[in-house]
Amino acid sequence: MLLSAGFCAVHFVMNCQPPNRLSLSLLSVNNLSCIKRDRILFEELGFAMQPGELLHVQGPNGAGKTSLLRLLVGLSLPDSGTILWRGEDVRRTSGLYQSELCYFGHKLGVNLALSAIDNLRFWCRMQGLPAGQDLYPLLEILGLVGLEELPAGQLSAGQQRRIALARFWLKSCPLWVLDEPFTALDRQAVKLLKSRLAAHLQNQGIIIMTSHQSLDFPMPVRELHLEYRL
Amino acid sequence: MMARLTGLLGREMTLAYRQKSELIQPLIFFVLVISLFPLGVGPGPQMLQKIAPGVIWVAVLLSSLLGMERLFRDDFSDGWLEQMMLSGLPLYAVVLVKVTAHWLTCVLPLLLISPLLALFLNLTPAMYVALLCSLLIGTPLLSLVGATGVALTLGLQRGGVLLSLLLLPLFIPLLIFATSAVDAASMQLPYNGQLAIIGALLLLALALTPIATAHALKISQN
Amino acid sequence: MWKWLHPYAKTERAFALCSKLLPWCWGGAALGLTIGLIWGLAFAPADYQQGDSFRIIYLHVPSAILSMGAYSGMAIAAFIGLVWQIRSADMAVAAIAPVGAVVTFVALFTGAAWGKPMWGTWWVWDARLTSELILLFLYLGVMALYQSFEDKQQGAKAAGILALVGVVNLPIIHYSVEWWNTLHQGATITKFGKPSIAPEMLWPLLISIVGLGLLVAALSLYRLQSEMIRREMHRPWVQAMYTQQEGQ
Repeated sequence: MLLSAGFCAVHFVMNCQPPNRLSLSLLSVNNLSCIKRDRILFEELGFAMQPGELLHVQGPNGAGKTSLLRLLVGLSLPDSGTILWRGEDVRRTSGLYQSELCYFGHKLGVNLALSAIDNLRFWCRMQGLPAGQDLYPLLEILGLVGLEELPAGQLSAGQQRRIALARFWLKSCPLWVLDEPFTALDRQAVKLLKSRLAAHLQNQGIIIMTSHQSLDFPMPVRELHLEYRL
Repeated sequence: MMARLTGLLGREMTLAYRQKSELIQPLIFFVLVISLFPLGVGPGPQMLQKIAPGVIWVAVLLSSLLGMERLFRDDFSDGWLEQMMLSGLPLYAVVLVKVTAHWLTCVLPLLLISPLLALFLNLTPAMYVALLCSLLIGTPLLSLVGATGVALTLGLQRGGVLLSLLLLPLFIPLLIFATSAVDAASMQLPYNGQLAIIGALLLLALALTPIATAHALKISQN
Repeated sequence: MWKWLHPYAKTERAFALCSKLLPWCWGGAALGLTIGLIWGLAFAPADYQQGDSFRIIYLHVPSAILSMGAYSGMAIAAFIGLVWQIRSADMAVAAIAPVGAVVTFVALFTGAAWGKPMWGTWWVWDARLTSELILLFLYLGVMALYQSFEDKQQGAKAAGILALVGVVNLPIIHYSVEWWNTLHQGATITKFGKPSIAPEMLWPLLISIVGLGLLVAALSLYRLQSEMIRREMHRPWVQAMYTQQEGQ
């Protein structure tokens, strides 16, 4: 355990925050519970993530997978429990936590009236990433070349999702949270994304994701099963 | 952080440019409502001048409600709101940027066509100046309070009518002071008192509504 | 320790508190309203100017005061819910709103009924009546917002923020309407001065204000309790309560 704390210090030195000595993992979740529409989705959930780990959240529809991910990134507040990032409560880091994560949700965050390239450019500017960077090589990787000037509304569902997924190439940050990323993607795009995820793990990143597909990754995958409760 | 916020403003402007027709519709509605009144109450210049302040301001309130949903509705449904909330930018600053963009794109055009109203409703130059002043100070208040209303109704499938129900009572003080400023101008009385009160309301709204809106946006994500 | 902070315990404890307060509120309301209204309507002396028609103040004034009081209560509950994230406070917002709206309606109706002998017409754009009307709109807004949400927890929070926005606006609306009224005062001269009220008229008025206040509190607590039960139907504490009642 201590070893891994040292590890994260080495690998995230560029993020300038020294890891809290008390916490042994980058992300730790304690006693988390979530009540939606007066139904308990889960309670007293706890886990900790070390750099280089992937957590695959599984469970039937309505079990609270999406709710869990939204809690983890801070979009919604837990009914009880805490989420610690580098040993600090994420509610108190005032945006620092958010700058170290990248989230891909059900809603893509792709405006249908804007072109692919505009969507990405404005996202980069909002994130404070260098806006001048050339996006074309990335669009080529994602198979969006030739479509970059069309309004995103004219693209297919899979292509729109590729635009949103491009964020994982643009922003380098330790924590990736993905909600059903493989839906509507063709086989080639799935392969591309999987290799990207694997590379992130190799770089000691953390991934938390939901997927109904089985992940045939070469590296170990931790699993979290949520059950449907009444 | 300023650069990131101006980036957001740039996005709003680009979007507004792409969706020109949506912006023009409330404007046409505004002119239409105004021109209904001479038809309804008769074209007597005295009468029109008497009702003009109230008519114009009521029309401003109604047409501003039409475009109000633009503030957050699309961002909410396509997920951009989530991305903004996860950008690490303070949410109230984001709200202020959105409100500024809304004012520039939806309300400023109203002010630009206001000389037309002076002609339609037979305003005296003094009244027109007062009207323009009251619009300049008063309409940002509409956008600020409107943003809170829109944020509150985001989680609903159809918030349109409800939105007017929530917002119109809150606009009553503005309506009273703004019309009375124009009224005072028509009687050659000083109206800087009314403008000062609207200004005070604007400052109050500037201080409080971004916080309320930010909270409401967080609730919409739950 | 953690059990103390457990979210269900909170609702459960709030429910128990309501159960404790309710009998007192009902009893006090019945007592206060009976004494206040009978005294005021039957025994208090008639006004030398308005005759018996003034007696409607024993309904109008308490309901007008309570319409504001209920709104402040709602706003306080909203504030508590917002700052300390207490579920039962959010529920209280939703519970108080309809009660407050009814009281506001009563104030409006009695005001209009009073206006008939006073001004010779049912409705005059009098400053107080207008403020009261706008207050009714604010209540209706809060109720409509809460009702529109399918997720009642989210709806209660949204309604709470609206109540807080409204409470900031309320004084502004009040003074602006009063100012507007003095500006446009033409033919009607309001007779609502502030005449000093005789003590034998004042006492029944005060008693009925307290009585109506307790009635509003009782109705709100009652609605709050049913809200808690409806929202937490599946929680163990509700089920335990019902099995206990069936067992008896």
